[in-house]
Amino acid sequence: MSETANEREVMEYDIIIVGAGPAGLACAIRLKQLKPDMMVAVIEKGAEVGAHILSGAVIEPGALDELLPGWLDNPPPVCIPVADDEIAFLTATSKRKIPTPPQQRNHGNFIVSLGALCAWMAPQAEDLGVDIFPGYAAAGIRYTDDGAVGGVIIGDMGVNREGQPKDTYMQGIEIHAPLTVLAEGSRGHLSKELITKYKLDQDSDPQAYGVGIKELWQVAPGKCKPGTVQHSIGWPLDTSTYGGSFIYHMDKDRIAVGFVCALDYSDPEFSPFEAFQQFKHHPSVKPLFEGGEILSGGARTIVEGGAQSLPKIEMPGALLIGDAAGLLNLPKIKGTHQAIRSGTLAANHVVETGGGRGFDTTLRESPIFKELHKVRNIRPGFNKGLWRGLITAGIETITAGKLPRTLHNHADHSSLIKLQDMQTIERPWVERDLAPRDRLASVYFATTDHDEDQPIHLQILDPEVCTTRCGEEYNYPCTRFCPAEVYEMIDDPDTKAGKRLQINAANCVHCKTCDIKDPYQIINWVTPEGGAGPNYQNL
Amino acid sequence: MKILVGIKRVIDYNVRIRVKSDGSGVETDGVKMSINPFDEIALEEALRIREAGNADEVIVVSLGGNECQQQLRTGLAMGADRAIQVDSAESLQPLTIARAFLKLVEKEQAGLVMLGKQAIDGDNSQTAQMLAALWGRPQATFASAVELSGNKAMVTREVDAGLERIEVDLPAVISVDLRLNEPRFVKLPDIMKAKRKPLEVIPVEDLGVAPENDLQFTSHTPPPVREKGIMVEDAAQLVAELKTRGLL
Ligand SMILES: Cc1cc2nc3c(=O)[nH]c(=O)nc-3n(C[C@H](O)[C@H](O)[C@H](O)COP(=O)(O)OP(=O)(O)OC[C@H]3O[C@@H](n4cnc5c(N)ncnc54)[C@H](O)[C@@H]3O)c2cc1C
Ligand code: SF4
Repeated sequence: MSETANEREVMEYDIIIVGAGPAGLACAIRLKQLKPDMMVAVIEKGAEVGAHILSGAVIEPGALDELLPGWLDNPPPVCIPVADDEIAFLTATSKRKIPTPPQQRNHGNFIVSLGALCAWMAPQAEDLGVDIFPGYAAAGIRYTDDGAVGGVIIGDMGVNREGQPKDTYMQGIEIHAPLTVLAEGSRGHLSKELITKYKLDQDSDPQAYGVGIKELWQVAPGKCKPGTVQHSIGWPLDTSTYGGSFIYHMDKDRIAVGFVCALDYSDPEFSPFEAFQQFKHHPSVKPLFEGGEILSGGARTIVEGGAQSLPKIEMPGALLIGDAAGLLNLPKIKGTHQAIRSGTLAANHVVETGGGRGFDTTLRESPIFKELHKVRNIRPGFNKGLWRGLITAGIETITAGKLPRTLHNHADHSSLIKLQDMQTIERPWVERDLAPRDRLASVYFATTDHDEDQPIHLQILDPEVCTTRCGEEYNYPCTRFCPAEVYEMIDDPDTKAGKRLQINAANCVHCKTCDIKDPYQIINWVTPEGGAGPNYQNL
Repeated sequence: MKILVGIKRVIDYNVRIRVKSDGSGVETDGVKMSINPFDEIALEEALRIREAGNADEVIVVSLGGNECQQQLRTGLAMGADRAIQVDSAESLQPLTIARAFLKLVEKEQAGLVMLGKQAIDGDNSQTAQMLAALWGRPQATFASAVELSGNKAMVTREVDAGLERIEVDLPAVISVDLRLNEPRFVKLPDIMKAKRKPLEVIPVEDLGVAPENDLQFTSHTPPPVREKGIMVEDAAQLVAELKTRGLL
């Protein structure tokens, strides 16, 4: 690498932003609003802006009001005011509405497709002079001689499975900039490298995550009530697993349905994908989707750690914003407004002070952090199960987080219980008949595309562990937690263990669950060739 | 020599095509659009011809609304020298497109026109053949190899029976097949350079071509949904099941 590094072509910018999600785009837009002559570039690994964005999403409009005043006069393609709000507790056969906690009241909010919203923000950024490069992955960090971040290295294209250049080989360039802004979203792979390198998390709890699986349905006429927002907790999760569902009624008979499970679940046999599909078959839910068809679907992790898991978000030459920093407000299940506000705040800070130094303090003194601080005990409260969690949530909400205590988060990868210590959990799953039949059928709706002849972008640091310890201790949980069935154990009499791990990397939807949940932390997600991955439509 | 390359904006080949519920067409709302893959191959070949010193200029041409400028810019970023958008609000049919190309060929004095063998949306495979006929010049369709020497082109064609090698005199029209080459990736700095390359917009009427509507679309329907299969235990049950369905 080092001998070729010198030859890489270089482009220079004042600021390079990694990721064209709401955080990255907001930051780019604000920078150009304040300083039109600043050279700003945004790198996006999706083939188009929005292609890798999967969210709910009900958004709070305040952050957009601030960034793009009058945005509602020229709204994004999907934008429906919330009209009705419900939250319910499910058992296997019943549904009971429960009072909506104040954080989850959605009056004044909008149902959007976050992917479509980003695709709508991008041209507004370009009109201000931002250079956006979709289809290019920031594969590595470029460090300066004094050890600071000095930009990014774009991934090479046209490399074969063995790592050799093909006829189409094109070396990735380096982008140099005095300031790099990481807006990669949940579990960004460069952000992960930087958090480790600069020990940004040494004073905070480990980050906590959930995985959200979502489908967009075209339902039979008459079933969709535009503006209706429905959430549920309870079944099909057992009381020790934190999570719940969302159903958002959009326009044109389209309904978004999804399920989020915290990744600190303990049962190695648990499958978030199956839980989601079971939820869709609940007697109160299934009729909505009968006679409909799936338009698109996919999965993405969500950062849940909140205030106590927030790492230091500045380092020499770089900043973290949005979900890459970990700013999502979990009780609200909303991160978009936090992403946009943090992007805007970073831009304000940079223009006012001439650089990134001091941004950590600026953010911690801002309403963005105050919002997280208020709700900091709600997720860890659920570590003791659903009932204790609900009680904690109630107390914390009533006292607005003012009690002088902070509960702690634990690393999600450490929460699986070994099979020998595990009491079998009965899961009386029903037989399913709504689409998709299985995970492979579901990947089809993500229209994910990777050239098969490229290095596998899911690096297994110690493959021995997979066939030996992992099988015995956890019965290969990767074959269940991955929502796209990327990991398969294949019988192979030629190997010592009689099995080998097959990685169907082309199916990957870039959710990052494996990187987070693998109990031995030997799966490393890296960027595949730029433009590869899902092609989400309106997710 | 100048090479004209036609590039059409189509729904990306990865996208699952959905017919609109009222049958009036195909859903394009929020759908990813790209250069027709065969046209991208045609452009790659034209660039290689220029890089080998056998052409001076490669001009990419697209017919459509302003949105197709996005695909023209991609063509410029791949390496085309300049671009022409023939502006038309309505979607044009192959004969009109061939007539418009002919006008551009005359205007630019092009020595070679390279097109995809078909566009993956309409699958018509007509424009190249019609253009050659209108122009009165040779055509070499479905090319899987192209060699230029002097004012001749040796073209290998993919035909049902195998491969056919033909020699055509230039100027000519070549339509290209999948195996001709693998298009290059676009380099980031070239995207910036492409922004500064000339892109001319010519209203289709200014070419003296009136859109014809000889073909009319009556309706669109998705293919029938496959019925759910059943698992049979053995051959006897298979035979029995086929009989009850009247298939045996
Ligand atoms: C299932 C689900 C439901 C949700 N529901 C809601 C909701 O109802 N309301 C709400 O407000 N929020 C919701 N959220 C949270 C919200 O989606 C996130 O908080 C928000 O998307 C964070 O924005 P971001 O810009 O930080 O990151 P992202 O939106 O994740 O964007 C990151 C971008 O960076 C790109 N990228 C990453 N790494 C690289 C790289 N190395 N090189 C190039 N590009 C890269 C990615 O492709 C992506 O486009 C939900 C999330 C999920 C998963
Ligand atoms: S391989 Fe990892 S990142 Fe890819 S879909 Fe599966 S869990 Fe998600």
